Amino acid sequence: MANHRDFVGRKIHSLLGVIPIGLFLLSHFTTNYFIVRGEEDFNKAAEIVGGVPYRLFLEVFVIFIPIILHGVYGVYIAFTGSANTGRYTYFRNWMYVLQRFSGIFLVVFITWHVWETRIAAAMGTAVDASMMQNIVDNWFMLAFYIVGILATTFHLANGLWTFCITWGITQSPASQKAMSYVAALVFIGLSFVGVRSILTFAGVL
Amino acid sequence: MATPLEQKTNQKPVQFIVQRQDGPDGKAYDEAFEVPYRPNMNVISALMEIRRNPVNAAGEKTTPINWDMGCLEEVCGACSMVINGTPRQSCTALVDKLEQPIRLQPMQTFPIVRDLQVDRQRMFDALKKVKAWVPIDGTYDLGPGPRMPENKRQWAYELSKCMTCGVCLEACPNVNDRSNFIGPAALSQVRLFNSHPTGAFHKEERLEALMEDGGIMQCGNAQNCVEVCPKGIPLTTSIAAMNRQTTLHSFKKFFGSDEGRTGEAVSR
Ligand code: HEM
Ligand code: SF4
Ligand code: FES
Repeated sequence: MANHRDFVGRKIHSLLGVIPIGLFLLSHFTTNYFIVRGEEDFNKAAEIVGGVPYRLFLEVFVIFIPIILHGVYGVYIAFTGSANTGRYTYFRNWMYVLQRFSGIFLVVFITWHVWETRIAAAMGTAVDASMMQNIVDNWFMLAFYIVGILATTFHLANGLWTFCITWGITQSPASQKAMSYVAALVFIGLSFVGVRSILTFAGVL
Repeated sequence: MATPLEQKTNQKPVQFIVQRQDGPDGKAYDEAFEVPYRPNMNVISALMEIRRNPVNAAGEKTTPINWDMGCLEEVCGACSMVINGTPRQSCTALVDKLEQPIRLQPMQTFPIVRDLQVDRQRMFDALKKVKAWVPIDGTYDLGPGPRMPENKRQWAYELSKCMTCGVCLEACPNVNDRSNFIGPAALSQVRLFNSHPTGAFHKEERLEALMEDGGIMQCGNAQNCVEVCPKGIPLTTSIAAMNRQTTLHSFKKFFGSDEGRTGEAVSR
């Protein structure tokens, strides 16, 4: 192989965004949504997720390493681009910029989120509904989490749209447009699930 | 729209603000010009008028403005510049349709030679890199090539309209000095030559070139290129199609037994 490192790297970055990170996000959001049914149901779900066999293996290989690889390469990609939405105000150009801003924000958000949940749990904090209730018991942290959730759902939804081009699935303008609607639905659906969960934790809903 | 009669009575001089630079390493500065109005004037005829009488709006004598041109009918691409913020061809930019003062700037993606003239060499280097031609030279007559289906010829013709003008590179957020992206135009040319029945003999070589650093994976799907291309070339369709061809090619090469070099099997 001549110098195809960038090509392979970029394809791996793209794949990681959907498999496993995107799939993990679905499972993560679904577990959290149990809070809507009540604290007791959520605590049961958290206990099952917390007690899966070879959990550490899954966490490392399905969550941590993929996110770190995708994140580091993503920051590199973001900084080799340049935002020119001032001159070219097209919708897709805005999506391009937002994909990069949301990605960089996610570095901050995910680090913070992992610190006060997973790392705290490793230090002995019990993982139950009260953990999240305590985290979002003030308006500032609730707002931070809502922005974090929306950045994630946007990044995944728009990422699915670009994924379909990266792998040559949607080629025609018509199929790319249809995929825009699918991505919009994914964004709305996931945002509803995520924001409703966090508002329930915060006691707002 | 003004009728020719109305245009003749509109005698106000046309206002220009031109971004100038005395050489490749010079400093950019703005200079204002006033050009006597003539009906149906375009940006190039105004520049020619300034060249004939190089006096700026303040009445000072100055150097004539440097710019590039060739065909004067929007097929060579040489006269591209940024006009009122939009990269386009100056030969088809009609003064009557532009807001004044008309702001002329060189495209910033390319090295500036002088004033509005830029060096688009990187685009021609990219075309060489991806082998954007059909090699038929040899020591004996190869006979007639295979025929091209008419419907394919029609969309391939659209791709062949590219004039290497550089407008799509200028608009692309991933073409800049922090990246070595060859730009949208060359990616689309690979689709053109890979779809040609004889050009397809060298399909894999072009795909390999696209997979090198600076190639197709540098595209970030901002899709500005397809919006600004003066020839309406479906650049984003071409890019997605090349994503599919290179992906299949790399799978075939990695997993297959023939190193993906059989010419036939990598389907569109
Ligand atoms: C950790 C911080 C993250 C950063 C810095 C980041 C950065 C990026 C960037 C810059 C892109 C655009 C790549 C391109 O256009 O070629 C991208 C694409 C993508 N990201 Fe992320 N990302 C992060 C986290 C995530 C997460 C958590 C997910 C899943 C929920 C995700 C899913 C995706 C997907 C699916 C794509 C599309 C891939 C493609 O275009 O082929 N990313 N990411
Ligand atoms: S693809 Fe269009 S914008 Fe790009 S160089 Fe060719 S003609 Fe110009
Ligand atoms: S001079 Fe050839 S495109 Fe304008």
